[in-house]
Amino acid sequence: MIQTTPVQVMDGADVRRAISRIAHEISERHHGAENLVLIGIHTRGVPIAEGIARAISEFEDVHVPVGELDVGFYRDDLDQRPTTRLGRTLLPVDVTNEIVVLVDDVLYTGRTIRAALDAISDLGRPAAVELAVLVDRGHRQLPIRADYVGKNLPTSLQERVTVRVEAMDQEQGVWIERPQP
Amino acid sequence: MADLDRAGIEELLDLADHFTEVLERDIPKVPALRGATVATLFFETSTRTRLSFEKAAKALSADVLNFNPSGSSLSKGESLKDTVLTVQAMGVDVMVVRHQAVGAPARVASWVDCPVINAGDGAHQHPTQALLDALTLRRRFGKLDGLRIAIVGDIRNSRVARSNIDAFTALGAGVTLVAPPTLLPLEVDSYPVATSTDLDSILGELDVLYLLRVQLERGSGPVLPSLPEYVARFGLDRRRFGLLDKDAVVMHPGPMNRGIEIATDVADDPRALITEQVGNGVAARMAVMFRLLSGRGQP
Amino acid sequence: MIAIHNARVLTPDGPLDTDLTLADGKVHNLAAGEATTHLDAGGALVGPGFVDLHCHLREPGFEWKEDIRSGARAAAAGGYTAVVAMPNTSPAIDSGHLARFVADRGREVGLVEVVPAGAITMGRAGNALAHLDELFQAGVRLFTDDGDGVADAGLLRHAMEYVAERGGVIAQHAEDPGLARGGHMHEGRISSRLGIRGLPSLAEEVMVARDLALAALTGVRYHVMHVSARGTVDLVANSKRSGLRVTAEVTPHHLSFDHSRVATMEPDFKMYPPLRTEADLAALSQALQEGTIDAVATDHAPHAPYECEVPFEEAPRGVIGLETAAAAVNTAVELAPMLFFERMSVTPALICGLSSQGRWIEEGSPANLVIFDPDISWVPETFLSKSQNSPFRGTKLRGKVLATLFQGRLTHQAWS
Repeated sequence: MIQTTPVQVMDGADVRRAISRIAHEISERHHGAENLVLIGIHTRGVPIAEGIARAISEFEDVHVPVGELDVGFYRDDLDQRPTTRLGRTLLPVDVTNEIVVLVDDVLYTGRTIRAALDAISDLGRPAAVELAVLVDRGHRQLPIRADYVGKNLPTSLQERVTVRVEAMDQEQGVWIERPQP
Repeated sequence: MADLDRAGIEELLDLADHFTEVLERDIPKVPALRGATVATLFFETSTRTRLSFEKAAKALSADVLNFNPSGSSLSKGESLKDTVLTVQAMGVDVMVVRHQAVGAPARVASWVDCPVINAGDGAHQHPTQALLDALTLRRRFGKLDGLRIAIVGDIRNSRVARSNIDAFTALGAGVTLVAPPTLLPLEVDSYPVATSTDLDSILGELDVLYLLRVQLERGSGPVLPSLPEYVARFGLDRRRFGLLDKDAVVMHPGPMNRGIEIATDVADDPRALITEQVGNGVAARMAVMFRLLSGRGQP
Repeated sequence: MIAIHNARVLTPDGPLDTDLTLADGKVHNLAAGEATTHLDAGGALVGPGFVDLHCHLREPGFEWKEDIRSGARAAAAGGYTAVVAMPNTSPAIDSGHLARFVADRGREVGLVEVVPAGAITMGRAGNALAHLDELFQAGVRLFTDDGDGVADAGLLRHAMEYVAERGGVIAQHAEDPGLARGGHMHEGRISSRLGIRGLPSLAEEVMVARDLALAALTGVRYHVMHVSARGTVDLVANSKRSGLRVTAEVTPHHLSFDHSRVATMEPDFKMYPPLRTEADLAALSQALQEGTIDAVATDHAPHAPYECEVPFEEAPRGVIGLETAAAAVNTAVELAPMLFFERMSVTPALICGLSSQGRWIEEGSPANLVIFDPDISWVPETFLSKSQNSPFRGTKLRGKVLATLFQGRLTHQAWS
């Protein structure tokens, strides 16, 4: 059996700063926050999206709507694993002609984002879709890249990346679990 | 239905909740079962249940094969077993079977390799109906615990009643069966329910009045003196509707006989959840198919 | 010439450990003698070959289920030397030439005595009397519309009057058609939960009660087929006490299973009358021990495998039983050897009037014999019958037929 020891690579303050930076980058690129909708991908994309929205509203004085998206029905490996538990999908506004920023905790193979893009296109026709992630750990299997990245984290395929956020886990940070021989 | 415990039912209801949201979208469809094939085999005709399953399968992006026994090889004398093996050989991932004989879907399941969904077998069970009814009530009341539900009509010959008794009681509701003695189940003491032959006396205590279809096609025969006498004692007319609590709801599995078990203006009242039941039927069947077919390619 | 060694022989005076020798279709003497074939019974019972009052050989008309040859082979394998073939063939055995056909086919096959039963009504349709005189002349002594009861009390009364005068037996499949209508299993808690329409015990009891009154009126010998309900047992017991000439039979499956077995909805547990409750089962066992029920009868009812590949409610009626009957009864009911053979051989032969069957073994008695070891256990899996619809398949049974001898000839033997 392989032993793993988690190593913390971002602490709570690092995460907070990263979220704040992403919020600034988004409002910079769009000259404000008009027509923006943040959509968090279940599970930890949702509180991160809420954090970004909160940060934007602090310096733009605009309320940015936040939606939730569960991509369970769009996954390309559904026939390989039975699925029973799903998060809710809830969009506070019609996304058609809005600028959607998808938010997730870790960008890895890109398959979740592919599923999310399919899901979004079933829910409306946004003017544009962008992607914000707290951590990009590499190893993409699809031509997908993030527009906003909290931290680039080079990893090996054997490693596991764990994100915890205050709103959900009572602690905040990013850990890497390295398999030990 | 009796094989599912409370947790099993609630897991399916949770899934169905997600699908009710999917069905409200502009594009009410997800690609979850892309590449899967659902075969519906309705040896007993039922347009609405078959359509509901077909819609559910299509909303999950599955392909649907509809087997129609009239004009098929069955009328040429092919056995049930040969028929289902033939359909299986075409490559299907799940079969939805409705049959006039008790136990037919289970029997089919013993012959084929894929899962089989019981879409109603004789007077035995109609599990997806119970699921959609439980879903409808949960969405209306939040939970079924403590709900007082009366099921009225030909309970003895009703698969809907048998499945609903199992599901409602498993989810914590109290069930009273209301019918003339010839339509109550035999050995009713062995059921976890109360019984009554006097509808008027219990109307005021109910949260849910669940009406069963009077099976006109079977004729009143020896079990009922006459249809008008049944309607007078057990039909839901405006007067009886007025005796219900203001928050109580009326349900019916359809197809309705307006003017018999339910008066036409009552059927159209907002507290009659009949069209909601139909909509929830699609979500409930999506949940069952999704539950059976996600993970189907696992070694 | 056949000699049987190391046998526990059932003689008119009780069991006797001895050898015996057969010659000219008879028991030559109870001692070892010169023989061309020697059988070692290994201490097993040797008694009169079993007599089945009730089996369906399906010929003429349903030969894909069974025919007289395959049915006779199954019977011989079950230790039977005589079987009464039910008249619900196609055509029904309602005329003399049809009864002769069945008996003649049985003689041609030569494995067991095939005794035709005659229908009570023409075509078993319940409307008019069958050709009762013709049937008598053809040797028929037992009359029944088995498969259905005779519902019309007036018609049955006339049949009883007619058959009483000629010394025959009226055997009734007691099932009131109104109470039984649409039923597929015992009416009770399980049928209610499954949503399967039931046949109440009353369907049998009501008809037996009516028939017993008619039997008292007409003086006919009346036989209740396949008793399934404890109420019927009480009715028969009362009638016997009051001196009526009434007899009754029970099947091995009604002695072995109750209606809980139907919950699996396996067609192999579908029969008419249906399997009933545990209390019924206990009453039947006791009645067989005490003699209220006189005989075991198989109600062997073959149906081809493909006919059984259907849902329970659409499955055909009845199960096979010839090859498992003795073992099933030996497993289910505590019976001393002499009593066991009374119920399986002696009394059934008396009921249907067979003088060369069911005779305790002594010098000169007919060599219609079975060698039965009540202590060997086995599990039936496949059957010589053309059909395989047995509720006992895969069930461990105690008691095995080692050999069957019909008219002094070996018709079955289980030694390899």
